[in-house]
Amino acid sequence: MSENKIPVLEVIDLGIDFGGLTAVNDFNLKVYNNEIVGLIGPNGAGKTTVFNMLTKVYQPSRGTIKFCGQDTARMSVVEMNKAGIARTFQNIRLFSNMSVIDNVKIGMNNQITYNNVEAVLRLPKYREQEAKVTEEAMELLRIFGLDKDADLIAGNLPYGAQRRLEIARAMATKPKLLLLDEPAAGMNPQETADLMDMIRFVRDHFHIAILLIEHDMKLVMGICERISVLNYGMLLAEGTPAEIQANPQVIKAYLGE
Amino acid sequence: MKTNKNFFAKLFTREYRSRLISFLIIILGYIVIELLMATGNLSSMFQSLLVPVTCYIVAALGLNLNVGVSGELNLGQAGFMCIGAFAGVCISGALAGVISNGIIRLIIAIIIGALLASLFGILIGIPVLKLQGDYLAIVTLAFGEIIKSLINNVYVGFDSNGFQFSFVENKLKLAPGGKALISGPMGATGTQRIATFTVGVILILAALTIIYNLIYSRSGRAIQACRDNRIAAESVGIHVANTKMLAFVVSAALAGAAGALYGLNYTTLIPSKFGFNLSILILVYVVLGGLGNMTGTIISTIVLVLLPELLRGLQDYRMIIYSVILILTMILSNNEKVKTFAAGLRKKLTRNRTKEAAADE
Amino acid sequence: MAFLSYLINGLSLGSVYAIIALGYTMVYGIAKMLNFAHGDIMMVGAFVAFFALNSFGLPVIVSVVLSMLATTVLGVVIERLAYKPLRQATSLSVLITAIGVSYFLQNGAQLLWSSSTKVFPSIIGNGSLKLFGGQLQISYLTLVTIFVCVAVMVCLTLFINKTKTGMAMRACSEDKGAATLMGINVNSIISITFAIGSGIAALAAVLLCATYPTLSPTLGSMPGIKAFTAAVFGGIGSIPGAFLGGLLLGVIEILSKAYVSTQLSDAIVFAVLIIVLLIKPTGLLGKKLSEKV
Repeated sequence: MSENKIPVLEVIDLGIDFGGLTAVNDFNLKVYNNEIVGLIGPNGAGKTTVFNMLTKVYQPSRGTIKFCGQDTARMSVVEMNKAGIARTFQNIRLFSNMSVIDNVKIGMNNQITYNNVEAVLRLPKYREQEAKVTEEAMELLRIFGLDKDADLIAGNLPYGAQRRLEIARAMATKPKLLLLDEPAAGMNPQETADLMDMIRFVRDHFHIAILLIEHDMKLVMGICERISVLNYGMLLAEGTPAEIQANPQVIKAYLGE
Repeated sequence: MKTNKNFFAKLFTREYRSRLISFLIIILGYIVIELLMATGNLSSMFQSLLVPVTCYIVAALGLNLNVGVSGELNLGQAGFMCIGAFAGVCISGALAGVISNGIIRLIIAIIIGALLASLFGILIGIPVLKLQGDYLAIVTLAFGEIIKSLINNVYVGFDSNGFQFSFVENKLKLAPGGKALISGPMGATGTQRIATFTVGVILILAALTIIYNLIYSRSGRAIQACRDNRIAAESVGIHVANTKMLAFVVSAALAGAAGALYGLNYTTLIPSKFGFNLSILILVYVVLGGLGNMTGTIISTIVLVLLPELLRGLQDYRMIIYSVILILTMILSNNEKVKTFAAGLRKKLTRNRTKEAAADE
Repeated sequence: MAFLSYLINGLSLGSVYAIIALGYTMVYGIAKMLNFAHGDIMMVGAFVAFFALNSFGLPVIVSVVLSMLATTVLGVVIERLAYKPLRQATSLSVLITAIGVSYFLQNGAQLLWSSSTKVFPSIIGNGSLKLFGGQLQISYLTLVTIFVCVAVMVCLTLFINKTKTGMAMRACSEDKGAATLMGINVNSIISITFAIGSGIAALAAVLLCATYPTLSPTLGSMPGIKAFTAAVFGGIGSIPGAFLGGLLLGVIEILSKAYVSTQLSDAIVFAVLIIVLLIKPTGLLGKKLSEKV
């Protein structure tokens, strides 16, 4: 990749301790625009913990997270999203009592500028922006194949659709970097194949960077341009899918001695 | 013709259907009651309930925004009503010499009551909304009790020099012509009764408009998102504390408005009327009506206010029956068999409706 | 010296709160519900003890035991009839049901017993312990109250930590599903919890009425709210927390009555609660909760 460009995400010597236990240490990562990067590793390696630090759900104990060249040390979860990082969750976290389209509209909340008085009085600004948001939300739902379910309650969707809706909601915040935490978990092979196409489409259509955690090796090897391997909270290896597949340390970490 | 059809289609979207039903109930109810009164068919006992019912409905609608839509258990709604009530009484008393028109004074009192209650809502909300679940509930309970017992110790008078305040002991020295408005535990005495049923109904309609328009807006979606999943809401850039605060403050403001109307409906009013029991009573209206269901809140408030009166024939047994009905409603509405039955019934009804719609095409 | 005497009175009132709070906190810890009717169960205990003492002239000990038996049965019956069908329901539905039960008990008592004012008889006598040459007087009643509270606390702690049932109770409060898989009958554990909590409420009732002897159907409400506050204060679900919370609440109430203002004492108690919760959001001895992302 173009090494002279500023990476979207640059992580330097990141680490976190939980009550004396080091969960992640000396983690380094660069993600460039238009890239799909995989983060893999055995269960308990600290992958989701890395995501939680990148989104500031956990405050890192050490290290630096630079987003588009900016240091993010003092930023909160909300500010990280406003800066342009959106994520999905390993255990799906939808707004399950709200309609599918409202789940997506929530993602657009910070793009709406009318205030509460304008909303209560239903002034033209409210009407215009609501119409625009509805249209944009429907467009996103169409991309993720959910447009027919727009008025359903999100919690009643089938599992695969819920995962797709989570991605749609994240995309509604217009991120520069999308973090996907096991997007294919619980999907059947056909759904996984569709998901791979969808992830590629999202990258090409919105021109964003994607960092994903996944256990499904077919998906990871199929769509990621680069892969980082995490083991016991430490970076074990990084490289192209072919390099990772051939790396003896990675094979050892996954299969044991 | 086409625009006409679109108009009706819009009326029956989920958003507008619930709104339409709740407005219809209030307006039809108002017309029926006005007719009954005009023809002299409404007993004085029912007439005396009209204004309080509108107050309870407004306070309960506000609480439903807080408990149902925002998902935070609030056990202090009576405290905000208390602020509104006594603020309203003071304002109305002070303005009595300036504005002779009772309705205008009432409206001013309601607005001031709502503003003052929302100010307290903000002050209380800043610390309270950091807590979660049952802890938040107990702190709202505590604030409600604190407000009640503070007002129990406040003495307010009004004379040519303006408002006079005194705390714990009555040290008011009012100029000639001045009057005491709040006298500690004795509360407000000699209040001019300017509350009317019509203003109460208008207040309900205003409350419904505010709540519905808020729910179907950016902030309303944010409020529901924070209820459903706080962490996910933050991850899409929603400031949870501010969002919960909005629901809390709007709820407090509506309680304040309801309180002002309530306070101006009685010549005497004691602060202990606004204790924990009233907060609980309003919460019962909300929960029985269905969390987040504004139409349900209106219906359950009316039914539950009327129920003890309708049971009056049974005299001593009425409150026992009331409590048994409360318990049975909760048990039955949570019973799996009853739930499946109700769901089946609803399905049948909607199927019939879609069939009709298909036939119309 | 006056301060010491206020302090001891505060501990005595606090002991009553603590005993009621123990009932609240045990039920919360195991059934995860706020039993708002707890104060009213206590009220029933007060009436039963009153009739046993006054109308039947039974000895104090027998009356107390009878009263405890009555509230124990009442607690279990209420749990079976009203709360058990709501095991899977939302906590709000259970809360409203508890409020319904509270109304039921209050109005039932009104119907059965409220035709005349009732004054609770003195059970311990008016004697007092004189210390410092009579400068400090502690009534025997105060001493008994504090003693009973400490005894209840010690017995409960031993019961929870040393017996098999106690262990099952702790298991249920951690994880009901896992407890069921280990062969624990969760329903009977919940019944036992209600039985104990309600039984000791009768003790609190007798002690409370011995100090403030007027009986009324609503006598349980305010101590109920205060005890609930005490339980939250100490960290709801924690038994030592309820004990500590109850004692502190009683002391704060009596001291603020003595030194600040009688009318404002309730406001002060609740204000202290709020301050504690803001500093320690789960109460003094409560466990910290965190959500896994």
